[in-house]
Amino acid sequence: MTPVEDHSVDHDVHTDPAALEQLTDAAAQERVEVAPDGSVVGYKARRTLRLRVELARQLRRRRVQLVLGFLVLLPWILWAAFEFGTEATGQRSGGFVDLATSSAPNFVVFVLFAVSSFLLPMIVALFFGDTIASEASWSSLKYLLATPVPRHRLMRQKAITSGLLSLLAITLLPAMSLLVGLIFYGAGEAVSPTGDAIPFDESMLALLFTVIYLAIHVLWVAGLALFLTVSTDAPLGAVGGAVLVAILSQILDQITALEGLRNYLPTHYAFAWSDLISRDIDWSNMAAGAFSAVAYAAFFGLLAARRFRTKDITS
Amino acid sequence: MSRFSRSHLRWLLLGLAVVVVAAGGVVWLNSGDEPPEVRTREQTLAGAADDITLDSTLYLPEQTPAPAIIVAHGFGGSKDSVDGEARELAQRGFVVLAYSARGFGVSSGEISLNAPDAEVADARELVSWLAEQPEVVTDAEGDPRVGVTGGSYGGALSLMLAGTDDRVDALAPTITYNDLSQALLPNSATTGDVPDTPAANAFADNGVFKQSWAGIFFAAGVGGAGLANPSVDAVEPGNEDDDPDAPANPGGAPAPEEAPAEGGAPPGGGAPPGGLDTGDPCGKFRQDICAAYAEVATTGRASQQTVDLLRSVSPMAVTDRITQPTLLVQGEQDTLFGLDQADANARQISAAGGEVKVVWYTGGHDGGAPGPQLRGEIADWFDFHLRGRGEDPGTGFEYAVQGALRVQGAPSVRTVSTDAYPGLDGGQVAQRQRVRLYGPQQTIINPPGGNPASVSSMPGLGAVIGSSSRLAGRVAFDMPGQAARFASRPLDNQLLIAGSSTVRLLVSTLPGAPAQDGAVLFAKLYDVGSDGARVLPGSAVSPLRIPSLPADGTPVEVTVTLPGIVRPIETDRRVELVVTTTDQAYATPPEPAAFRVSLVEDGALEAPVVPGTRSDTGLPTGPLVGIGIVLGLVVLAAVWGAFRRRRAVDHDAALDDVPLVIDNLSKSYAGGVKAVDDLSFRVERGQVVGLLGPNGAGKTTSLRMLMGLISPSGGSIRVFGHKVYSGAPVLSRIGSFVEGAGFLPHLSGKANLELYWAATGRPADKAHFDEALEIAGLGDAVHRRVKTYSQGMRQRLAIAQAMLGLPDLLVLDEPTNGLDPPQIHQMREVLRRYAAAGRTVLVSSHLLAEVEQTCDHVVVMHHGKLVATGPVEAIVGGAGEATFRVDRPIDAADVLRDSDGVHDVVVEGPLVHANLNGLARAEALATLVRAGVAVEQAGPRRRLEDAFLQLVGEESRK
Repeated sequence: MTPVEDHSVDHDVHTDPAALEQLTDAAAQERVEVAPDGSVVGYKARRTLRLRVELARQLRRRRVQLVLGFLVLLPWILWAAFEFGTEATGQRSGGFVDLATSSAPNFVVFVLFAVSSFLLPMIVALFFGDTIASEASWSSLKYLLATPVPRHRLMRQKAITSGLLSLLAITLLPAMSLLVGLIFYGAGEAVSPTGDAIPFDESMLALLFTVIYLAIHVLWVAGLALFLTVSTDAPLGAVGGAVLVAILSQILDQITALEGLRNYLPTHYAFAWSDLISRDIDWSNMAAGAFSAVAYAAFFGLLAARRFRTKDITS
Repeated sequence: MSRFSRSHLRWLLLGLAVVVVAAGGVVWLNSGDEPPEVRTREQTLAGAADDITLDSTLYLPEQTPAPAIIVAHGFGGSKDSVDGEARELAQRGFVVLAYSARGFGVSSGEISLNAPDAEVADARELVSWLAEQPEVVTDAEGDPRVGVTGGSYGGALSLMLAGTDDRVDALAPTITYNDLSQALLPNSATTGDVPDTPAANAFADNGVFKQSWAGIFFAAGVGGAGLANPSVDAVEPGNEDDDPDAPANPGGAPAPEEAPAEGGAPPGGGAPPGGLDTGDPCGKFRQDICAAYAEVATTGRASQQTVDLLRSVSPMAVTDRITQPTLLVQGEQDTLFGLDQADANARQISAAGGEVKVVWYTGGHDGGAPGPQLRGEIADWFDFHLRGRGEDPGTGFEYAVQGALRVQGAPSVRTVSTDAYPGLDGGQVAQRQRVRLYGPQQTIINPPGGNPASVSSMPGLGAVIGSSSRLAGRVAFDMPGQAARFASRPLDNQLLIAGSSTVRLLVSTLPGAPAQDGAVLFAKLYDVGSDGARVLPGSAVSPLRIPSLPADGTPVEVTVTLPGIVRPIETDRRVELVVTTTDQAYATPPEPAAFRVSLVEDGALEAPVVPGTRSDTGLPTGPLVGIGIVLGLVVLAAVWGAFRRRRAVDHDAALDDVPLVIDNLSKSYAGGVKAVDDLSFRVERGQVVGLLGPNGAGKTTSLRMLMGLISPSGGSIRVFGHKVYSGAPVLSRIGSFVEGAGFLPHLSGKANLELYWAATGRPADKAHFDEALEIAGLGDAVHRRVKTYSQGMRQRLAIAQAMLGLPDLLVLDEPTNGLDPPQIHQMREVLRRYAAAGRTVLVSSHLLAEVEQTCDHVVVMHHGKLVATGPVEAIVGGAGEATFRVDRPIDAADVLRDSDGVHDVVVEGPLVHANLNGLARAEALATLVRAGVAVEQAGPRRRLEDAFLQLVGEESRK
């Protein structure tokens, strides 16, 4: 039965007879105590799959490490691109580069502009879309559920962990960008594309709100990816599906003929946070965006919970 | 599989439904957007004089009677050039009257530049005419409810009409003038004071002739190419980029004055063929106006008579009588009628007690006509003031700021609003920020003939370059030797200039080189980047004439009002004041001259800033309430879910000691496939039970149901008396290995087990890691990542994982798959010993031999049904039953039947089965041999094997 090539590997794989004795002894000596609900004493549903454990499981994945590492690197890459790019052209008045490199907060704003349409939803889709589908694809999901980790708890813990990782990503990028910006461009005013300027200390507050808004805005991706991740055993399908919907929504958002209908697209308010770079902050777009995101997230989240509650685990 | 296709179908249908609904929604919404129908009626109306006929169009909305709006056209236009705006207003529900003014279109008469007794009187006739129309709401007999609007020349008419006719109820003049003499002959230097409004200009006498614009104007009047009015829309907030290639003409109809300007040809030069049929150089201008123009154009100076004439036809003549609500719209890109003109209008109307709102937008004569948003705002103005509909637009001030820096796709215009135009009656004066300028005294010369001249703007080319602020600000060019420069330090903070900055300059002649005519100078304010790139905001320049300079070189101190602009000067950029002696757009003295220009001591730019009022709207409540509702629903759903999970404890105390009782268990899938059908069996403590059946018998499905992974369609599973469901606490007493190992491939075997145990939340000392790992016997390999493991290693690690915590019931699915024979042997030993220690093991297998050698009890399944159950010996050995393979089965059967006590003799091919009932098999064998039957083989009857082979045989025949 063992494949031929495994023989060398399995060479020293054997059970020591003494180990058997130990196990038998242990089994014979240990009295199993049972709680009234039928569980082994020591088992408590609310202690299963604690966040610390799930975070450890996720943070030790190469994929997560790569994503976080990339986010740390990205501002440096952009800085380098500006450095080398401007030397080549020399023409940098009133343009893209000027805005981005005028101050640290502006650099952060620029980086957020660059990532908030595609990269950020993708990362969130990755964290949420992968979380349960990958367990299913590894077949480890069934062992978690048989532990038993109650299903609602498993989904909740997984969602919270993915949320924490996403939040880390959303915070890490601006924080790193700010660091790069402070080093190279200094703590100047934040200037919006419409020419509104706010002082550095106020811009820090604006950036904080930006991170909060972005975290709320991507909830819709989180909800959708969560729904997909409980619906399929293929992590790529769940992540890709969520990203695909995000792209579709962005494409539809470009079609101005749709007019008011575009307000219902989940990505429509992706840039509403740019209203924060202003002396007189207009919250209406952000509030609408937050509502849109929360509504989508709630819809897909509840759908996910409903599906996962009754789903037959066959992986 | 049908289960999947069914659910896919459901999703497909749902998706289709969503698409259909969305498509329907689009159709419905679009049909709702269909603009209301507008009927038009053309008529020729009588003007104020007998011989005046006015060509007009009345636009009627769907619902009449309605308030009326008179739309006046710009200079060089006709009623057709305002067709788009008129239609828009009619769609908003107003009766709109568009007409061609005297001397324009097919209306008769001469152009009198909005003279009170000519064009303005005509307009009053129109008001009277409107009062007679049944479609128009009237306030009183002969007094229609009427508003008036118009751009540029039409804007001036609006003001003049409102000032001379009380029947006008509201007005919205756009990009128009206050004082035509100052618009065409501005002088921005004064030795006196400047009003407190943000865009106030010195408006001193004796101005410098703005020859290029005046020429364009005159040309338009004589029927030449009309470059006098902007033909594209200005960029608005929310527009993603100002794209000069995409001019959006209001209403869609191309305005007749929109003439393509080719290259940099001087505007106004080309008359369309047949444009001049009289040969009269005055064209349709009234003689006195024509003469005044000729005077100014030839001398560059205006006589008092000319100034008086221009003032008499300017709104300033009547602004003190305007009490109607006035919306003043002025462009920030306007070198013809700058912000200072609207500023003067606002000041004068407000001083007379009128109600004024001021809007500065990104366009103007160089930038573009009001865009759709602003046109909407104008319509809102009339909606409120003529009909009382909508929100009160108030008397505030708003200005559009176009960002200096732009990101692709980002809106580059925003609007700043305050509740009052600064400096008006009773209001706060405009704030001014001092920006210190530096620069020594400089000498600049006026070349003979004023040529070559500096360039600040390209008047009339608004449609070509003016709409692109990127281009417009960069045309500016100063001739060396003719320009004095005073620059600030790089700014520490952004400075948003909103209006006319002022600066105090000292100007003197060089001793011994007196300037006869005083000094003509041009002041402009550049926005200079750290790399030296310069932008002249608004392309605007302030001409100044200092009438007399002492010949001894004593400087004259003047306050110069710089052009009204809206410009954010970003941090690290500088402002630079440049004073030149020439400007191409103006008539400059031909005599050569030299001047000394310097700043006053501590000279500084006084830049007006108008901070926006923070909108008090606060957080928008609608979406927030929505979020609250959604979160409330989620909480409700969570509570409901928790309530559903709270099930009654289903515990049968009698079965407390029975590891597993399966009762009538069924699992059927959609489509009627029964994976498990009415399965019942029982497992007692200490047993090693084998679940035997061919592949597809339902073994794994049963085990999955046992683990709560699949919900049964019927029947129940009890583990130690507790009913099993997904997440049932009693599952913690089961250790399982079902259908393959499940490990995190990126972690080591050891880490996997540790994390698994950590996930159970149970105390680490109960795990017995060491024992379990030793059972797995992976040696050092436990520290390698699982993805490097062989199938067998994973299998052993998975079994070790199942044993963590020494579960009372160990459930293993095909545990020996992938193991080699010595390992299989060890595994059997492990399971037997484990059960012997008082625990229970349930093993599934499709191999009879496996079960026979490992288990003491067996449950045989096939097609989801129970086939046999019992102790292995009972089923395998068959107490007292024997099987003989013989050559003559019939005879052998007879022989056996004759033996004492032997019964149940069955013949099956070459085999004869019999219950020997205590008779030794050897004896029976001897009996057969004695009877002459050749016995090939004799042994216990293997019922299980029979049954099993039969099942497997069936399987293979399929």
